Amino acid sequence: MYMHTVGIRRYRFADLQTLLARASPERSGDQLAGVAASCAEERAAACLALAEVPLRHFLEQPLVPYEVDEVTRLILDSHDAAAFAPVASLSVGELRDWLLGPLADTAALAALAPGLTPEMVAAVSKLMRNQDLIAVARKCRVLTRFRTTIGLPGRLATRLQPNHPTDDPRGILAAVLDGLLQASGDAVIGINPASDSPAATRTLLGLLDDLRQAYQIPMQSCVLAHVTTQLRILEQEPAAPLDLVFQSIAGTEAANRGFGISLAVLQEALDAARSLRRGTLGDNVMYFETGQGSALSAEAHHGLDQQTCEARAYAVARRFEPLLVNSVVGFIGPEYLYDGKQIMRAGLEDHCCGKLLGLPMGVDICYTNHAEADQNDMDTLLTLLGVAGVNFIMGVPGADDIMLNYQSTSFHDAAYLRAVLGLRPAPEFEAWLQRLGILSADGCLTAPGPASPLLGYLAEAP
Amino acid sequence: MNADPWQSLRRFTTARIALGRAGHAVPVDEVLRFQLAHAQARDAVLQPLDFAPLAAGLHALGCNAVELHSQAADRAAYLKRPDHGRLLDAPSQARVAALRGTPAGSGELVFVVGDGLSAIAVAGQTLPLLAEALPRLAAAGIAVCPSVFLARQARVALADAVGECLGARLAVILIGERPGLSAPDSLGIYLTFAPQAGRQNAERNCISNVRTAGLSHAAAAVKLTWLAREALRLGLSGVELKDCSDAALPDGAMAAVLPAQ
Repeated sequence: MYMHTVGIRRYRFADLQTLLARASPERSGDQLAGVAASCAEERAAACLALAEVPLRHFLEQPLVPYEVDEVTRLILDSHDAAAFAPVASLSVGELRDWLLGPLADTAALAALAPGLTPEMVAAVSKLMRNQDLIAVARKCRVLTRFRTTIGLPGRLATRLQPNHPTDDPRGILAAVLDGLLQASGDAVIGINPASDSPAATRTLLGLLDDLRQAYQIPMQSCVLAHVTTQLRILEQEPAAPLDLVFQSIAGTEAANRGFGISLAVLQEALDAARSLRRGTLGDNVMYFETGQGSALSAEAHHGLDQQTCEARAYAVARRFEPLLVNSVVGFIGPEYLYDGKQIMRAGLEDHCCGKLLGLPMGVDICYTNHAEADQNDMDTLLTLLGVAGVNFIMGVPGADDIMLNYQSTSFHDAAYLRAVLGLRPAPEFEAWLQRLGILSADGCLTAPGPASPLLGYLAEAP
Repeated sequence: MNADPWQSLRRFTTARIALGRAGHAVPVDEVLRFQLAHAQARDAVLQPLDFAPLAAGLHALGCNAVELHSQAADRAAYLKRPDHGRLLDAPSQARVAALRGTPAGSGELVFVVGDGLSAIAVAGQTLPLLAEALPRLAAAGIAVCPSVFLARQARVALADAVGECLGARLAVILIGERPGLSAPDSLGIYLTFAPQAGRQNAERNCISNVRTAGLSHAAAAVKLTWLAREALRLGLSGVELKDCSDAALPDGAMAAVLPAQ
């Protein structure tokens, strides 16, 4: 039982999950789940009570029972007590101040990450304003490598997302070339396939790998089919040219079961992809996507608020040393994040919480047409995340995904962010762009002429 | 403003490629085109559906329109609370109950028309679709309830509440789909055998993308008639009822209504 008294009103919170949920900034998904604060004063009182909770409580009181949930077991069994030591005596509120203070520099935050649990990070984020989420995330640095290096200071990578409603190879390649010619694709070129079949997945991987080899592009590719589909083609002879394994993940065992996965399946995929030894700079071979609300939509949230569930998904991601983790923040719809304000807050929370847990966080800054949001909201969140040091964002032609029917960030949006904040692509990719004359020596996009060698790739197509 | 020299790639995709650039930004023409497309999608979600022309059109098709409202009071509540959009409000519940057992409330199959997420889809596609579907259902010997229910702030499962109350064997809802930037007027059709509250999505069959540039009204009507007949024959709907309408119609009925590939 937790409580806080405001004047003559005493607010009681039956347990830690209730306290966390009531302390969460207002959002429609928590209201839909029936776990949100009933009024603004209750929310503020919950934050005051949460600030007093010792961090140790999160180790002693699992929010989802250890016996029934493998994510809880993963979190507690892999907790690093030595890394936790610098903050072990602090309360949640004290941790917020510590994170903003001079002791918490880049090295200290990296050393602390294995000592933090998702629940501690979710809790402290609820006491942080947007500027705190930006300032703390900016101090975190998470580097990952495959054929490019992602997460260096002063760099911003993009996932090139060339989707097509029928997986038409030429339609996909046209969007890929459009992106490459605008300096997009250094995080990954990743296709969401319209068909989840092993044959289609293999075809699309071949399409991207042929292009990569034709122009010696320092890049990695991915087809976002179900992990079991990707495993299937990894078992084929000869092995498919698969760089990164993709999977959507969530923060409870039951929600992951809804996705048709378990930790064991992800481990199998990690081992299979690493055994191909395709990475030249490193062996971060996993690409995960997450998003607040996924556990509730699978009715597997165990009474937790959606942001705490989301942070628990990062514990799943962390186990498999991913190259990229992408919070697809506005994709799920207004019943979980109602408007631009809620999407913006969630995007900043996800980025900061992921970074604190040691993850290479990117954000799909996006919305659907039934959400109260538009491109101006995306511009704002894009700028905020650029300042916060996001590892990567999406690159979708004209911001309009014609296969998934939602709006994300465009190649132009990435060019804007790089221009106003002085950010550059991943170094290996940048050098390639300069060799092809797509970027000038000082890092500006040039206007490539019709003689650009890339344009020859589809020239013979009918 | 720089034009991109790869505009010829546009013949391969409807994605917004080769837009050119003004500095780092999208040129103004495309910015405004995008803004217009988003405005149309937003209007599709937010504009209230005008029931009057639908009711008049239904009358001309020999049906009787009955207006209903879900428990979601307004659009904001509808968007935030999908659970409320699945339930009838009290006056609507009474209106449906009053028809139970009367000629106006009888029939094996009951149609519900819900605004869903696109009023313009429902306004544009409902009457042409029903004009194609009603004669085909009659020819298949399926008794359609003469009352067609027009429901505001409706989610798919609202049709189950109507069908259950009337004791219909099949409930079919025509509902506006979530609008995409390039397809704001797409209608979805969902069919449930033995409708009752609490049915899961896996227990329904869906026909989606009904619009002029998508699945034609005639093709959708053929599919719906086939699914309705099979659902009644097998006594089920959902994942166990596979849509084999293309193969199962011996007289080439689908070939006649589908555009040439």
